[in-house]
Amino acid sequence: MRTCTALAAFTLMLAVAAPLQADPRGDAKKQVEFGISVAQRGLWREAIYRWERAAQMDPTYAAAYNNLAVAYEHEGDLDKARTAYEKAIELEPDNALIKQNYELFKEINDRTPRKDGL
Amino acid sequence: MTARLVRTACSLLAVVLTAACTSYYEIPIETPIRPKLDVSAFQRVLVAGFIAGGSEDVDANLETVRLLRSQLRTKSELRVIDADVLPLMDVAAEEHTVATNGDSSNGQEQQQLAAVIKEEKDLEPYEHIFANVEYWKRIGEEYQSPLIVTGTVMFTPHARSGFVQREQEVYDSFGRRRVVPIRTYMERKGFILKPKFIFIDGRTGTTLHSETFREEILYNANQTTPALSSYFELMDRLIPSFLSTLSSQKIKGTRVLLK
Repeated sequence: MRTCTALAAFTLMLAVAAPLQADPRGDAKKQVEFGISVAQRGLWREAIYRWERAAQMDPTYAAAYNNLAVAYEHEGDLDKARTAYEKAIELEPDNALIKQNYELFKEINDRTPRKDGL
Repeated sequence: MTARLVRTACSLLAVVLTAACTSYYEIPIETPIRPKLDVSAFQRVLVAGFIAGGSEDVDANLETVRLLRSQLRTKSELRVIDADVLPLMDVAAEEHTVATNGDSSNGQEQQQLAAVIKEEKDLEPYEHIFANVEYWKRIGEEYQSPLIVTGTVMFTPHARSGFVQREQEVYDSFGRRRVVPIRTYMERKGFILKPKFIFIDGRTGTTLHSETFREEILYNANQTTPALSSYFELMDRLIPSFLSTLSSQKIKGTRVLLK
């Protein structure tokens, strides 16, 4: 009887604990993938929303920050793009694709006047 | 040279390796670039004229005015004023005469004005016209306070000889084609275009911004290229920079999205 009660309690504990052990990277990845599919159709605002959510869900997910940076760049928000690229590089310093994006971004950013003047 | 090649090869290899291990998507983007100058206070632009010199084959003043007006018409939101090109050299010369007469009494030396501008130093005595706030304010009042574009343009013939590197096809004993760099001595001639664009506030007559560019083109000495087509080729290179001062531009590129 006591064994049955312990087993029931353990099963109940597993059932309750399962949703709490949500996989943040998995959820964030779904947001990132959806963001990519909408960006490919030109819906950059929706893509930004998705990638911002992904970065909130998993703040260690470099791809989310990289994609956000690309989207901010496309929207002309260069300050935000720089911050997002820097965060992506901080998370994955050896990722050559992120570094390549950042180098291309810097080329454009250097040709742009700053907000505080010429 | 070798170190640079090794670095380039390494970064290329790193990109290839990363790409092989990562899901990625290339995507085209268009980055909007804000204009260097805040022109929101102006609805109209007057390309007034330039003090120009150098080659006698091209009237750099007229050609520059025509070209900038047509570019601004299609690529900026400002309304372009169609007006006669200002005879800036004459105006500057007149002012110079008045100033010289005024100063002759106190024995100050004035720079002599060259009747024809051949070199950059000939431009200097004319440049005071751009600082004449009253003159530009008067022009501004005449055209309902536009943004005024003026400046100097030097378009000068240029020749240079020396060793240049070019690529040559060679075939080995097996008939295989290779391209090898060879250094040859060449005499070349062409042109240098050096415009200085000055942006003046038509409401106050003051200079808002000025920017100098320099482009050059050289051809094989026995090649004959008309001066006017060289002028347009060189202007074509710097027009995007000129336009980015006044209007927002979009820069096309490709980026990589990661999963």
